[in-house]
Amino acid sequence: MIASPHGVVVVRPDDLAGTVASSVGRGRRFAGLFAFAGAAGATTLRAVLAGGRSLDIVEAVLPRGADTYPALSPSVPAAAWYEREIHDLFGLVAAGQPRLDPLVLPLAGTPEVAGAARPRPGRPDGPRVVDLDTAALPRHVGGEGVFTIPYGPVRSGVFEAVEYVVETVGEHIPHLRVRPYPKHRGAARRFAGMGVADGVLLAERVEGTASVAHATAFCQAVEAIAATEPPPGAQLVRVLHAELERVANHLDTVVRHTEGSGQAVANARMSMHKERVLRLQARLCGHRFARGVVVAGGVAAPPRLPPAEILAALDALQRDVEDDGRLLMQTPSFLDRLRGTGVVPAPTAVDHGALGPVGRASGAGEDVRVSRPYGAYRRLGFEPAEILLDGDALARQVVRLDEISTSLHLARQAVDELSEHPGGPWRTRVAHADGFGVGWVEAPHGELLYLVATEGGRIQQAKARSASFHNLALFGQAFRGDIFTDFVFIEASFGTSMAGVAG
Amino acid sequence: MPWATRGLRDGIVTTRYPRRPDDYGPGFRAAIRVLQPGVDPVAATELPGLCPTGAIGAAGGRVAVDRGRCILCGRCVEGRPDVFAFDASPEVAALRRASLVVTAGGADADDDDDGAVERARAELGRRVRVLRRSVHIRHVDAGSDGSDEWEVAALTNPVYDVQRLGIFFTASPRHADLLLVTGCGTRGMYGPLVRTYEAMPDPKVVVAAGADAASGGLVHPTYATLGGAGGAGGAGGAGGAGGVGGAVPVDVWVPGSPASPFSLLHGILLAVGLLPRAGGRKP
Repeated sequence: MIASPHGVVVVRPDDLAGTVASSVGRGRRFAGLFAFAGAAGATTLRAVLAGGRSLDIVEAVLPRGADTYPALSPSVPAAAWYEREIHDLFGLVAAGQPRLDPLVLPLAGTPEVAGAARPRPGRPDGPRVVDLDTAALPRHVGGEGVFTIPYGPVRSGVFEAVEYVVETVGEHIPHLRVRPYPKHRGAARRFAGMGVADGVLLAERVEGTASVAHATAFCQAVEAIAATEPPPGAQLVRVLHAELERVANHLDTVVRHTEGSGQAVANARMSMHKERVLRLQARLCGHRFARGVVVAGGVAAPPRLPPAEILAALDALQRDVEDDGRLLMQTPSFLDRLRGTGVVPAPTAVDHGALGPVGRASGAGEDVRVSRPYGAYRRLGFEPAEILLDGDALARQVVRLDEISTSLHLARQAVDELSEHPGGPWRTRVAHADGFGVGWVEAPHGELLYLVATEGGRIQQAKARSASFHNLALFGQAFRGDIFTDFVFIEASFGTSMAGVAG
Repeated sequence: MPWATRGLRDGIVTTRYPRRPDDYGPGFRAAIRVLQPGVDPVAATELPGLCPTGAIGAAGGRVAVDRGRCILCGRCVEGRPDVFAFDASPEVAALRRASLVVTAGGADADDDDDGAVERARAELGRRVRVLRRSVHIRHVDAGSDGSDEWEVAALTNPVYDVQRLGIFFTASPRHADLLLVTGCGTRGMYGPLVRTYEAMPDPKVVVAAGADAASGGLVHPTYATLGGAGGAGGAGGAGGAGGVGGAVPVDVWVPGSPASPFSLLHGILLAVGLLPRAGGRKP
């Protein structure tokens, strides 16, 4: 959690790309590029770089009328999706980026090159309504006999909306485009002008399956601005719910894998375990996704169950999930579908700075609970998941099963330590403070960042960077040598939350 | 082979709902109940401010909560426990949007009356008569936060197991009888949602699942949601009202943020006339 000006380097817009590239060259991880509306029509670009135990920000201010900046992506390819998102929402052109195609918002009647007339819906003072123009989406395909198959946004099953444009000659998938725009809700813009308490509720709904992670990261950014910290007991309650949320998310990917591979019993049991986790969350706090638990400065209330009952539930869950997980990992008809499927080569993942289980299955994916510990993770001891190098769907599954055990272990520790804080306090007052802060957590999908700017006790602008957004840029590269029937496993093993991608 | 015995390990975990009530629920937030029919004029001006989504009305001192807007944050229960309380019963779906506005008397708003609900029920009953005992659902995400899909998907897990009731999910809208819509209604999903509805054969029914689908929830209004910011009509939706109601004709509204599996099941059964009536016989 850093608040301005600590860890911030300000450069001229022309130097932004070079500064970021040389930092990445020295081993820092590119974690995102974001636009913030400034005074008098100016825009501040903020590149986030991670590494070691710190998080640094490189800032460049574009005055009103300056609509271009040198692209970062030629030297830091991971920046490409961020540049496209900024183009969609802030009308800024990354000069030198060869494919500045619409990503989250195709706009009507606007040329490739930005001009004063281009709407900037991402700005708090931007238009209240925009018209989408799907004609702005690229449709070209190359190569003899190559055709495209649109898949989505209404999918074959209960899925979040997303459109995949699959380029194929029949079975193999040489190229794949992801179009998350159909479910772009403009969530980042909605933060603008909200009070902090409402902001927490909105953060919970940016990526609804990771409500605790989002609420926590958002609150940590706000707490950083106000230079305060939640009481120890509250930090433990946050850990308990965050780890249960991770278990539910990881079980969800296992459920999808077992469904895709026709493992009827395993599917039934794993979905039953997932339901148990959601019900445990509800018994602890009254909400199946633990919404309303995290508030700025702490938590709303301690768990409603006595410690012994929580521990018993966690023990039973761990026993059953590990038992079924072990059998699953000995079931050849299951393993055959995942082994060698959807390989993200380790060098690719490291270069991209892949996050979470997707990264950890491919030699990357730092766990920020360890590298930049926050809240109670600074005191709780745990073994992070082993970093694997295979990079296939099976490796991602192994990492997640490993993390389920770790999470339940951490949840138990949190409950144990909570007994030292029987009466709280659960919340410290967060004074109104103006400034800019960054919060981060290790969400189920990987590192989640919140960049928050406050002004006059309200949110001026807030932006979540979900791990799903960062990782999904790699999705199209995971199909080398794979065919259509592998799609379901590759998609499930990425464990993407589309709401977090589309924003 | 080991999986075969594993499948028997926990016995039957499936709920008996709707034949028997399910005891899952105490302490669980399913809806907000209004405890007091009226409040004094001072409170009447203060109560609406408690709610981040504008779900509370107190015109003339008569307190009403719009469950279609309510995201169950509980701020009203915390602020005025004498006026508001959590309701644990997940049977909260309604046949009319106006019926989601509840007062101390229950689901009985100003502009609603029993006659209207009965008429809606009868009309829907005629329409869905042929669907009984075999209902195929097409789900469409129109801009959810992702949790709605988890709750919808949970309906097929062994605990809820909707197949036992003749309810199935289908990939093709051509095979679907019921359109289950989640999400706040984004401009990008307007076209796909409408085309999915139009591709479904008659008779068909539409269920809007969750407060997002009913009203746009907390995310609405933005430049990207239907109904538009500040009431600029846009593609579907009227006068600032968010949600999917302006895009497709909704028959059943299910509150919740997200709607829990039992609430979804209640809504689906209500839509296809399979809810057992008091007295045991199916309608």
